[in-house]
Amino acid sequence: MSRAAYETVETDVLVLGAGGAGLRGAIAAAESGARVLVVCKSLLGKAHTVMAEGGVAAALHNVAYQDTWEVHFADTMKGGKLINDWRMAEIHAKESPERVLELERWGAVFDRTWQGRIHQRPFGAHTYPRLAHIGDRTGLELLRTLQDRAVHTNGVNVHMEVTVFKLLKAEGRIAGALAYRRSDGSLILYRCAALLLASGGAGKMYRVTSNSWECTGDGTALAYDAGAQLRDMEMVQFHPTGMVWPAGVRGILVTEGVRGEGGVLRNKDGERFMERYDVERMELSSRDIVARAINSEVNSGRGSPHGGVFLDITHRKPDYIKRKLPSMYEQFLKLAKVDITKHPMEVAPTIHYAMGGVRVDPETGASTVPGLYAAGEVAGGLHGANRLGGNSLSDLLVFGKRAGEGAAAAASSSSASARAKLDQREIEDAIAELMAPLDRPAGENPYQLQVEIQETMSKYAPIVRDGPGLESGLDKILELGGRAKTCGTGGSPTLAFNPGWHTANDLHSMLVNAEALLRSALDRKESRGAHARSDFPKTDPQLDDVNFIAEKSPDGMFVGPQRRLELPGHLADVLHHSYARFTPEERE
Amino acid sequence: MQISDLDLRIWRGDGAGGELISYRVPVREGMVVLDAVLWVQANLASDLAVRWNCKAAKCGSCSAEIDGFPRLMCKSPIAEYGEQVTVRPMKAFPLIKDLVTDVAWNYEVNKQIPPFTPSEKDVSSSEPWRMHQKDVDRAIEFRKCIECFLCQDVCHVISNHNGKDVFYGPRFMARIASLEMHPKDTLDRRPLLEGKAGVGYCNITKCCTEVCPEHIKITDNAIIPLKERMDDAYFDPVRWALQRLGGGQERDAEK
Repeated sequence: MSRAAYETVETDVLVLGAGGAGLRGAIAAAESGARVLVVCKSLLGKAHTVMAEGGVAAALHNVAYQDTWEVHFADTMKGGKLINDWRMAEIHAKESPERVLELERWGAVFDRTWQGRIHQRPFGAHTYPRLAHIGDRTGLELLRTLQDRAVHTNGVNVHMEVTVFKLLKAEGRIAGALAYRRSDGSLILYRCAALLLASGGAGKMYRVTSNSWECTGDGTALAYDAGAQLRDMEMVQFHPTGMVWPAGVRGILVTEGVRGEGGVLRNKDGERFMERYDVERMELSSRDIVARAINSEVNSGRGSPHGGVFLDITHRKPDYIKRKLPSMYEQFLKLAKVDITKHPMEVAPTIHYAMGGVRVDPETGASTVPGLYAAGEVAGGLHGANRLGGNSLSDLLVFGKRAGEGAAAAASSSSASARAKLDQREIEDAIAELMAPLDRPAGENPYQLQVEIQETMSKYAPIVRDGPGLESGLDKILELGGRAKTCGTGGSPTLAFNPGWHTANDLHSMLVNAEALLRSALDRKESRGAHARSDFPKTDPQLDDVNFIAEKSPDGMFVGPQRRLELPGHLADVLHHSYARFTPEERE
Repeated sequence: MQISDLDLRIWRGDGAGGELISYRVPVREGMVVLDAVLWVQANLASDLAVRWNCKAAKCGSCSAEIDGFPRLMCKSPIAEYGEQVTVRPMKAFPLIKDLVTDVAWNYEVNKQIPPFTPSEKDVSSSEPWRMHQKDVDRAIEFRKCIECFLCQDVCHVISNHNGKDVFYGPRFMARIASLEMHPKDTLDRRPLLEGKAGVGYCNITKCCTEVCPEHIKITDNAIIPLKERMDDAYFDPVRWALQRLGGGQERDAEK
């Protein structure tokens, strides 16, 4: 069979990604009557959602009776430093309790309060204990529940270990996608009436990351190439606590649940340094603040032996720690030979989450390209400049459902059809591009290029950025972009499960995300949330209602400011109401 | 910070055949077997096929047989081995390439297990459910499963006797147990257990429990209680009579 031959598969809604958002979207779309096909790069059930440990945020008010959607909304907006899409934040706060209870009715098991209700733990920058959880494995529970629900929902099929390479349009609408099977390199042409992106983030463009090989920002890049707008791409979250030692495990996540359960941060002098950064919320301040605090302690020479700080939970009883944080206990014991019931952990910030992403309509998850939808980490807007812990799991439940319904509605509308005429020439060109690295035996090693992208981003777009650094980073990324166009597979021309070839094809996605990040970060001349610039250390109130949008233009990537609609009066009241709380930014 | 060299022997090949190939890997402090394998991939063998995701023992992707023992590569520090380590793919599943096996059978089995089924009353209730911690704890143990399929790989019935058509394997005994022990589930999966799932084939060697990276006591807490349930149902005449008298007809009627 020729390398360029492809099988054609038809469906109503094509879902890219089988994490929480993809599966919730698939269930919703199928329940709306659509035929759904879920395509994922890994095996089903391995998605990055399993790395969400601490919990899912929802104002169930089981632990703190005062909690309401209003407080959750205000926490989310303040945590996001006001550049969130306020309508998304409103929908999210209102609907997440319902989504969590629904999950329980699908068989999810959460830890319980003494009255038998779903237990909720405190978490950073949430005013009240709000995170429904099961030990420190909430993401796994959520993913497994959705996985079982999806495979038992009529109309949902799954293609595992398939990578989508290009989205295809017909008459201005998304009408298909070109993909390859990882196991043997055979090609599939998907024809669909609507497509839901739920492909997660791009953390792999950094060296020290909690993200897996999969998180190369495919969804944002595919959407960008299809003409969709991206927003807030400068906003990437450093999780304050990743493992730092031994070197082999650097970056692996240490759940915020440790701090939620009472863990304290100390520098090498034993000082509980968060007092100097956020005396009111201390360790449970928002992630951007805690991450920068740890960063400055280390840079001021007050760090731990391996370049982090100490996170200490030893004042809790060993049994309690093992019950509430079982996988942390196991992870440190096994990988670092540290018993966290007896000794403190060493932690430092690690890249964790992309707040920015595809710009979507809050009601339906529709992107700016007809027929293209997005939900979860790949979509931007809900989290603004900084995401609160626990809001990602509720995000993917709430907006996974909405986007699934949105995509299904679009698929059933008269203008959409899985039989739309695709441009044969475009398909052939895409196949040629996909196969090209296999024919370049002397081309550069893609793994080496990936490392250079990671080193560039880690060096020039770190936790605290500056203009000249971002400029240098952009030059370097553009240069790497040129080199990636002619790279090889690392030597092997085989189509059979060839990770060198797969990596060569992932480089483009990482480069689009990196370029969008650097360009947006250069344009945002202020410090806000996760975006901190040493040359513009203050927050500029003029930019309170501005988001930076990236999109493809004939001359390359265009990034520009866009003003948001003003917050309506009733939501402004809600936000204003709870502003009585104190945070260091407001003091500045 | 290189501390020594490792002789990493990786099985390379596909369904048609293959061999162990030796690679010299510089060892850094705290390195796990997965790091060494990925180092080989990035530097010496770009087309080395291996599955991995989270690198934190939470996704269960990087299962392999390390020095003959089924383990997660991300959770196996090099320091626990000597100067030589041998990594082979799981042997219970058809090989795709190198360390990657075709585990699709497991997904097919999972589809055959009737899903969580609460009572009509619970479904129609508009109130949030109440369940107590001690009641959910039993199910929670099995819900820790990360589906690495190491227990399936080590199971005698599946591996040595190729019993995939008669026994679902330890992973799915744990799955069935998690459903059966869910306080709100009402379905009786005993006909399935006795029939296609084949709980009777397990001869309690506990190999699955030994390899479980999540330390789930699959044999003691899932399989043995499930076997006991079968015995109760089929061989305990007193209990059988009581069930008939006490309104247990619906359950028996399903058989």
